[in-house]
Amino acid sequence: MREENAGTLAMLRLALRRDRILLTSWVVGLAATAGFSAAATVDLYPTEEQRVAAAEAINASAAVVALYGRIYDPTSLGAVSMIKLTALGASIVGIVMLFVAIRHTRGEEEPGRLELLSGGRLGRRAPLTAALLLVAGASLALALLTAVANTAAGLAWTGSLAFGLGWGATALVYGTVGAVTAQVSDSARAARGLGLVVIAVTYVLRAVGDLAEPGPGPLSWLSPIGWNQQLRAYSGERWWVLVLPVVVSAGLVVVAYALRSRRDLGAGLRADRPGPAVGSLQTVGGLAWRLQGRILLAWAVGFVLFGLILGSMAGSVDKLLTSPAMKEFFEKIGGTAGLVDVFLGAMVAIIAAIAAAYGISAAARLRAEEVEGHAEPLLATATTRVRWATSHYAVALGGTALLMVLAGLSVGVSASAALGDWSQLGRVLVAALVQIPAVWVVTSLVLLLFGWLPRYTTVVWGLLAAFVVVGEFGALWKLPEWLMDVSPLRHAPTLPVSGSGVVPVVALTLVAAAVSATGYVGWHRRDLTG
Amino acid sequence: MSDSAPVIDVHGLTKSFGSTRALDGLDLRVERGEVHGFLGPNGAGKTTTLRVLLGSVRADSGSATVLGLDPWSDIPALHARLAYVPGDVALLPGLTGGEVIDLLARLQGGHDAARRARLLEMFELDPTKKARSYSKGNRQKVALVAALASRAELYLFDEPTSGLDPLMEEQFRHCVRELKGDGRTVLLSSHILSEAEALSDRISIIRAGAVVETGALSDMRHLQRLAISAETGHELHGITDVPGLDDVVLEGNHLRCTVEPAHLAELLSHLTAAGIKTLESHPPSLEQLFLSHYGVRVDEDDHA
Repeated sequence: MREENAGTLAMLRLALRRDRILLTSWVVGLAATAGFSAAATVDLYPTEEQRVAAAEAINASAAVVALYGRIYDPTSLGAVSMIKLTALGASIVGIVMLFVAIRHTRGEEEPGRLELLSGGRLGRRAPLTAALLLVAGASLALALLTAVANTAAGLAWTGSLAFGLGWGATALVYGTVGAVTAQVSDSARAARGLGLVVIAVTYVLRAVGDLAEPGPGPLSWLSPIGWNQQLRAYSGERWWVLVLPVVVSAGLVVVAYALRSRRDLGAGLRADRPGPAVGSLQTVGGLAWRLQGRILLAWAVGFVLFGLILGSMAGSVDKLLTSPAMKEFFEKIGGTAGLVDVFLGAMVAIIAAIAAAYGISAAARLRAEEVEGHAEPLLATATTRVRWATSHYAVALGGTALLMVLAGLSVGVSASAALGDWSQLGRVLVAALVQIPAVWVVTSLVLLLFGWLPRYTTVVWGLLAAFVVVGEFGALWKLPEWLMDVSPLRHAPTLPVSGSGVVPVVALTLVAAAVSATGYVGWHRRDLTG
Repeated sequence: MSDSAPVIDVHGLTKSFGSTRALDGLDLRVERGEVHGFLGPNGAGKTTTLRVLLGSVRADSGSATVLGLDPWSDIPALHARLAYVPGDVALLPGLTGGEVIDLLARLQGGHDAARRARLLEMFELDPTKKARSYSKGNRQKVALVAALASRAELYLFDEPTSGLDPLMEEQFRHCVRELKGDGRTVLLSSHILSEAEALSDRISIIRAGAVVETGALSDMRHLQRLAISAETGHELHGITDVPGLDDVVLEGNHLRCTVEPAHLAELLSHLTAAGIKTLESHPPSLEQLFLSHYGVRVDEDDHA
C-alpha cells in the first residue's frame, strides 16, 4: 500500500505548481461570485417584506424553479440571495472539479508524461491519490472561502458555512466522479464527456424533482446538486445532509482505486480490438467526422432527452401559482401565456449556452490535434491549413446548429403535448433557431484565439462562464449595460420572436463570420506550435 | 525547372522562438537525386529546418525554395511532391495503422497498393492494430510506410530510425538505396552518424542553427587528422617537434597521436628512423569528424 502511493507528495506538488493560477482563480472567482451576489441582494431587498415578495415570485415561476430550485424560507435573506448559486452554482463548481480530477489523472497519461515519471520512484496509485488530495483540498478551500465571503457580505455565518460546505461537498462528489470516469474511459476527452453527462443528468433529476408539487420530489434526493439544495443553507440548516456527499465520494474513491488497479497505464478498461487493415477515410473532413461524429451523436441524444424533459415542465407553469396574489400579479403582466413564454424562453436560453459549450469543445479540437502532434503529418500532405481547420470547425458550427434544431423540436413537441397546444412547436423551434448565430459567435471565438493566441484557446471556456454569469447576475450586480452587452448570448431574440428579431440574427451571423475570417487569417500566418 | 537546379536551396535562414535563436543564417543545398545527410546534435536546429521546408513554421529571414517552390506559400503543389516522416510520430490514437497509412496516402494524392503491401511485409507491421497500442518503433514504421508508399520526388526524414531495431534499420537503409536508385532525392536528418555515413552522398553538419560544414564525406576526410598508432625498435626522441601533431601519448616505444595529413611524411620519417615495427593509421570516422566540430577532444581509446 505504502509502495503503491510512493511519490504522492511529489505528484501533488507538481499538480499544485501546474494549477497554481488556474485553480486558484476558479476557487477565488466562485467564492467572489457568491460574495458579490450576497452583497448585491442585501442592498436590493433591505426589508423582509420585499424579500418575501421576491421569494414568492421565484417559487411561483416554473422556469426559475427548474433552473435554480426553490426558496424554502422566503423570509431568509441568504436563501433569496443564493438561489441562483445553489443548483446552477453547484453544477459549475462540479464541472470545474471534474475537469481538475481528470486533468491530473487521465490527462497526464496521454502525453506519456506519467509514464516518464513512473520510471522514477512513483507508486501506481500515486497520481490518483495526488489528484484526489488536490480535489479534496480545493473543495475545502472553496467551502471556507465562500463561507467567509458570504459572511463578509452580511449574511448569517451559520448559513454561510452551510452554503460553503454545500459547494465544497458538491465539488468533492464531482471530483471523485471525474476520478472514476478517468479510469473507465480510454481518453481524457471521453472521461470529461462522461463526467459532464453525469452532471447534466443529476442536474435534470433535481429540476424534475423540484418542480413536483409539493416539492421537492424524491428525484431531487438522487442528485448531489439536489443535496446541495436540501442542505437548506440560510433556511434552517439540515447539517446531516452533508453525510450523503461524503459517503458517496468515499464510495467513488474506492471504485476509482479498484478500477485503477485493474487497467494498464494509458489504456481504458476494455482492450483495443483490431480494426480494419485498409482505411476508407478519403479526406480530412471524413477524418474530422470520424473523430467527432460519435461525440456529436451523444450530445444530440442528450439534447433530445434534455429538451423533452424541460419542455414537459411547461405544464407545471401555472400549478406553481399557489397564492391568489401571485396569480393576480402574473395575470396582470400577460397571463399564463406570458408565463409559458417566459418559461420556454428561459429553457431555450439555457440550452443555447450548453450548445455553445459543445461548439467550444468541438472547435477546440483544432488546438488539441495540433498540440498532440496529429495535425503535423496531415499538414505535411497536400492538405492546406484552411482545409484542415475547416474540417473540425464545420463539425463545430454544423453540430451546434443541429443541436439547437433538435432542442427546438424536442422542447417544442413536449411543451405542446404538455400544454395541449401544438402552436407551441413552431414558436419554440423558431426561438431555438434564432439562438444559433449567437452560439456561433461564441464558437468563433475559439477559432480567433486558435489563430492568433493558440496557447490561450481554452480561455474561451472562461469567456462562456463569464457570459453566463453576466447574464445571470449582471442586473443584480448593477453592471453597466455595455458590459452585459458583450455577451453574444444576450442579443439573441427570445420568445415571442417577432419580425424585429431579424436584425440581431443577421448582425450576429455577420459577427460570427467576421470573427471566423479573422481567426483563419491568424491560423494561415502563424507557426505550428506544440 | 532544369535538372541541375537544386531540389532544396536555402540561404541565410534565421528563426527565433522567443529569445532562443533556433536558426542562425543557415545555408543548405540539396541536389537532385542525392541522399543528403543532415547531421547535428539534439537542439542544433535540424527539426526547425525541416519544419521551415514543410511550411509548418515561417522563417524570420532568408530564403528557401523546395522543388523550385516556396515552402510557405505553395503548400498544396509542393506537398503533393514530397513525403515527410516526423521524428516524433504522433498517430491518431483511435485509427488503425492501416487507416493512418491510407489516409495520409490519399491526402497526398497518390496510392500504390502493391508497394504498400510490400512495405508492410518488409517492416513486419500489423496494420489492424489501433495506433494507440503501437510502440514508438511501430508508430515510426507506420509513418515510414506511409511516406515510402507514396511516389514522391523528395523525401524528408527526421531521425527516422530512432525507434527501430537494427533489423528494421537495415530495411530502412535498403528502402533509401532504392529511392536513390530511382533518382529520388532524400534529406536525412540524423544524429546517428553511422546511418548518415552508410547512406549519404553528401553531408551537412549543423551546429547552433547554422551549417558549419557541407560536402562529400571523402572531401571532408582530407580536412581531418589521421589517427596513428605505432611501435618502434628504439626510444622515440624529439617526436613532439614534429609539426601538426596532437594528442600525443608516448609510452616507452609505443606512440599514439593524431596528425594533420600534410605532416604525415615527416612523422613517418621520424618513425622509420626509430626502427618502426608496427603502424596503424585510421581515417577518422564520421564520429570523430562530428565531434571535432563541437570542440570535444576525440580520445583514441574510445575508437580503438
